[in-house]
Amino acid sequence: MTVLLDPRRLQSRRLSRLPDRAFVGGTGAVGAGIVALLVLILVLLATNSALTWQTFGLSFVTGTVWDPVAAVYGALPFIAGTIFSSAIAIVIAAPIGLLTAIFLAEYASRRIAVPLTFIIELLAAIPSVVIGLWGVFVLGPFLKVTVESFMVDAFGWIPIFRGPAFGIGLFAAGVILAIMILPTIVTISREILVAVPPAQREAMYGLGATRWEVISHVVVPIARSGIIGAIILGLGRALGETLAVTMVIGNGQDIPRSLFDQAQTLSSKIATSFNESEVGLQTSSLIALGLILLVITIVINVVARVFVGHATAAEAGLR
Amino acid sequence: MAVRTDLVPDGAAQRPSAADRLLGPHRGNERMRAVVDVVMRLVSLAAAIVVIVPLVAIVGYVLVKGLPTLTLEFLTHASGNTESPGALNAILGSLQMVPVALLIGGSLGLLAGIYLAEYAGPRMAAGGTFLVDVLLGVPSILAGVLVYATLVTYWTGSSAIAGSVALAVVMFPIVIRASEEVLRLVPGSIREASLALGIARWRTVVSVVVPVARAGLLTGIMLAFARGFGETAPLLFTARGSESLNVGDFSSPMAALPLFVYQNSRLPDRTFVAQAWSAAIVLLAIVLAINVIVRGRSVGSRVE
Repeated sequence: MTVLLDPRRLQSRRLSRLPDRAFVGGTGAVGAGIVALLVLILVLLATNSALTWQTFGLSFVTGTVWDPVAAVYGALPFIAGTIFSSAIAIVIAAPIGLLTAIFLAEYASRRIAVPLTFIIELLAAIPSVVIGLWGVFVLGPFLKVTVESFMVDAFGWIPIFRGPAFGIGLFAAGVILAIMILPTIVTISREILVAVPPAQREAMYGLGATRWEVISHVVVPIARSGIIGAIILGLGRALGETLAVTMVIGNGQDIPRSLFDQAQTLSSKIATSFNESEVGLQTSSLIALGLILLVITIVINVVARVFVGHATAAEAGLR
Repeated sequence: MAVRTDLVPDGAAQRPSAADRLLGPHRGNERMRAVVDVVMRLVSLAAAIVVIVPLVAIVGYVLVKGLPTLTLEFLTHASGNTESPGALNAILGSLQMVPVALLIGGSLGLLAGIYLAEYAGPRMAAGGTFLVDVLLGVPSILAGVLVYATLVTYWTGSSAIAGSVALAVVMFPIVIRASEEVLRLVPGSIREASLALGIARWRTVVSVVVPVARAGLLTGIMLAFARGFGETAPLLFTARGSESLNVGDFSSPMAALPLFVYQNSRLPDRTFVAQAWSAAIVLLAIVLAINVIVRGRSVGSRVE
């Protein structure tokens, strides 16, 4: 011990710790950058939209008119466009995504499940702009002459199905979003279904249940909160998606009244108007749209993580 | 498996059992139960097919519509060329801006991932992981707005470096998430062996842990690269695009492939729209190639 306490040695030990401290400090500083980046985004969006909040107050959120000439700005049409297009996407993607996850986790053999999962992951990797290009020139015209014209003919007397349908608008945007969020819903739900303990299934088979009965009575109920989390994560992605939606939703400035109306979402409005907008109240109002979008997506993502987090905790308890 | 109802004693059959409650209305009707089972199997198969149809359709249409105009001129002329415009400026723009973005976002993401996996206490790590999740959910267009409100407004103006920084903001949480997960998989015994030799902690991380996790770290970085390569929204108000060739000048606007696809798709002239499809081929080829190579190696183990 006396040798260790020799002052010169102590000095050198301190020196040898210096790089260690520097490394921890350095990586820690960058780690703190995670918090800093989130705070920075929030603060910057808030300060750069201050003019709008001072001018209109909270009535900016409920305002229905966006008129640069009269210098009157309201966000409600774009909030509505965002919520409606994402809702359409969830209505389409949630059941299809859950059934696909069930197929991959419960029915498909490994030889089919592995390549299929791979292909679905690739779908998630396709750039948004390419999906938008396909949406505007292929899917839109296709929807117009098939699904949309059928719905207008059959249900056109109901206001929300009123035509004419252009193949570009809220419904097309919803379908494009559904395609884009399916991989999220499928891959996360599949992982959660696979994690359901086999003993739970075996007990049910022991009662003489069929495979579907095991899935619908045991596997899905156990995985329920994780599946809800996966769907909410898909919703979060749909709310923030920009390019593909911008390309297919048209350019409507009013609150959409029909499924087939042209509209704008918060993000598509920013994407199409930001470069042409005048610095001042108009740019400030566009950034205010960004702030609303950020708050919505953060809330949705936090809620989703609470659900997905719960699911993994539940699994740990089950084992 | 059929339930032998004839083996159940008469008295027991009167009482609703747990199985009765669970198996619902069709209990006892073996045929109906089998039919429901087969129908649901087919329905879930159909759903899986519905999910992959768009992938096939998108790749197919991009090839069919883009191949005729994917010529040598297209690949070697800038889009400002009045005689035969091409996409060389966009291809070179992406090949410059994305690596720079990866240099910034990738290295910072790696460091933050190392901190979360190697140094942070359990609470700090859980909090950090949660915030990274939140950051991953922030729409990429807001990265563009963020850089616009800072770099573009006060310093660089519309420029390639602003575009790179905006892409780096998108890549940062992706690389953190990937590197954090991979580093956590490195067995503790390897760290302990190194520390037991008297090797400093930082040296252990740099020379032992990171090399062991090398393949996984590379996967995360490549996926971040592919993601950045396909992003359009962060570039709209930062790099903005340019019609002429820009090689190496990061202080002026620069074109990028996804921007080229977006901007051309909005032009009324059909020849420009056709070029959007050709550019989409190049874009898809690069992004999907990276994904196939990187994911292909690990997909089997993850589906287990």
